[in-house]
Amino acid sequence: MADTTGRVWCASTAHALSDTLAMASSPATAAPQSAVNGWLAGMVANLGSFAMSSVAGIGDVAIFTLQTFGWMFARRQRRDVLLPSFYQIGVMSLPVVALTGLFIGMVLAVQSYAQFKALGLETRLGSVINLSLVRELGPVLAATMLAGRVGSAMAAELGTMRVTEQIDALESMGANPIYYLVVPRFLGCLVLIPSLTVMADFMGVLGGYLYSHVLLGIDYHHYWENSRAYVDAFDFLMGIFKSFFFGAAIALVSCHHGFHCTPGAEGVGRAATNAFVHSFVLILVLDLFLGIGLNNFHDFFRPEGPRKLL
Amino acid sequence: MPATAPATSRANAESDPPVLRVDGLGVRFGSQQVLRDISLDLDAGQTLVVLGESGCGKTVLLKTMIGLVRPTAGDVAFEGRSLSRMNDRQLAHLRTKYGFVFQGAALFDSYTIADNIAFPLREHTRLSEHEIAEIVGTLVDEVGLPRTVLLKKPVQLSGGMRKRAGLARALALDPQLVLYDEPTTGLDPIMTDVINELILRVRERPRVTSVVVTHDMSTARKVADRIIMLYPLFRLRPDEPQIVFDGTPADLDRSRDPRVRQFIEGRAGNRLTELLEEQGLTERGRPTATDGGAVTDDETTDDEEETT
Repeated sequence: MADTTGRVWCASTAHALSDTLAMASSPATAAPQSAVNGWLAGMVANLGSFAMSSVAGIGDVAIFTLQTFGWMFARRQRRDVLLPSFYQIGVMSLPVVALTGLFIGMVLAVQSYAQFKALGLETRLGSVINLSLVRELGPVLAATMLAGRVGSAMAAELGTMRVTEQIDALESMGANPIYYLVVPRFLGCLVLIPSLTVMADFMGVLGGYLYSHVLLGIDYHHYWENSRAYVDAFDFLMGIFKSFFFGAAIALVSCHHGFHCTPGAEGVGRAATNAFVHSFVLILVLDLFLGIGLNNFHDFFRPEGPRKLL
Repeated sequence: MPATAPATSRANAESDPPVLRVDGLGVRFGSQQVLRDISLDLDAGQTLVVLGESGCGKTVLLKTMIGLVRPTAGDVAFEGRSLSRMNDRQLAHLRTKYGFVFQGAALFDSYTIADNIAFPLREHTRLSEHEIAEIVGTLVDEVGLPRTVLLKKPVQLSGGMRKRAGLARALALDPQLVLYDEPTTGLDPIMTDVINELILRVRERPRVTSVVVTHDMSTARKVADRIIMLYPLFRLRPDEPQIVFDGTPADLDRSRDPRVRQFIEGRAGNRLTELLEEQGLTERGRPTATDGGAVTDDETTDDEEETT
């Protein structure tokens, strides 16, 4: 409830600000001057209102996150609530993650082959495909598929529950909706996204190899030898580490959108769309900053840097 | 007739403290004020019906009574304990004494009817699954549902069946205060009366207090021993009270307040004209009444003095 209060306070402050500015500019001074002032005041008020609502929105998500963490440890999780959620998030997402992983591996081979062939370095394809897969494309792809398949479904489901008063019903029976609805989904995403990332990595590596060896005729021994030489455990673990953050972001953003869904079919649709769009943007932003951080971490322990491809 | 005449059951239970006390309650969503300065005491065993047109804040009042909506002014106290001073844990415990029947039943889609009704029992008691199954069976019998529905999902049930399943779930923990949000909306006349009968049966349970929010006059006349009527704030002057009627069903029929009469007789008055003009010609301000049945500002003002 505190989050709602915060939002209301910020919204009313923004209104007050816009009123004050509008009043300051409205008195009957010279007409053109007043029009410019009014336009300026409107711009400033809009900017202020946008800033206020953004801060309130971030605060809202932060409180939601803290409540989720609180309920994760406050009470033992129920098996009958967790398992269906895990099944939906993990098992049902495997086929689509595997399929997209396979294709992205092959696409990488298609796109890199011409450049590497021109340099006479076809056998190095294995290293570049597998390195980009385990570091970037595997985790990001698995997270994107999870956001699209599970994130929007969670937002739509929770949004419908909000609109049909099922969330109110939970509260009215003395049950906490965060504990019942958000924590199982959060844990599902957090615990299972590494497995999905491993699946995306594996299928991508397989797809890249199949295309390179079977269709492009690259020697398999050198392909694997180069992969082994340039991709190390750190690269693989870096992808897995990042995936935890992606999973948490997807669950929290999607559940938050569902919880704050506006009434009607349009509201549910908007919650589902926004859940995907905001999760995806957050995945890419997190990917950038985690990438920078982890590279610095790597350089700290191995100042000589990664092995050179050329 | 003063509209604030005390209801009979209220007079009988003067010695008991009220089960629920609403004191100077105000609720505002952003810039929109929905409820203003609502005060009422609810005595044990009483059945209060809250009447009013759509959008007047009836449901918000009901949700404030259970703490689902936090008031922006005033307070709600259950058995003398203020809801706004409770933490989440205390509020969750307090809600086990409440039963809430939602407008659309609000059954959990992913659960069967049996699991829905068993939910509060599993959440708040340590009963065995066998004992829970027995209680669930008794509850569905009580609301007149066949036991074959227990394994069905809510989407497989008709509106009336869902409402009754929602009532069974609300009664699972043997509540002291049952809140009904538009329990008969969207039902056929026969099912409406079935629900009315069920509300009467619940009322006969020892010391169960009920609050029924409705705009159905047949429900109000049948189940109420006290009726209050709320009026939308935007139709009131700042100094007018939002509760425009408080009394027994018999008092309601005798009321001469045109706002009350318009509601119980179901007359549109000048509402359609107002709505049309608001859409096209808002700068003209409020339209004046043109037909005989309309409630004019003067009438409202005169009778307001009577109600207060």
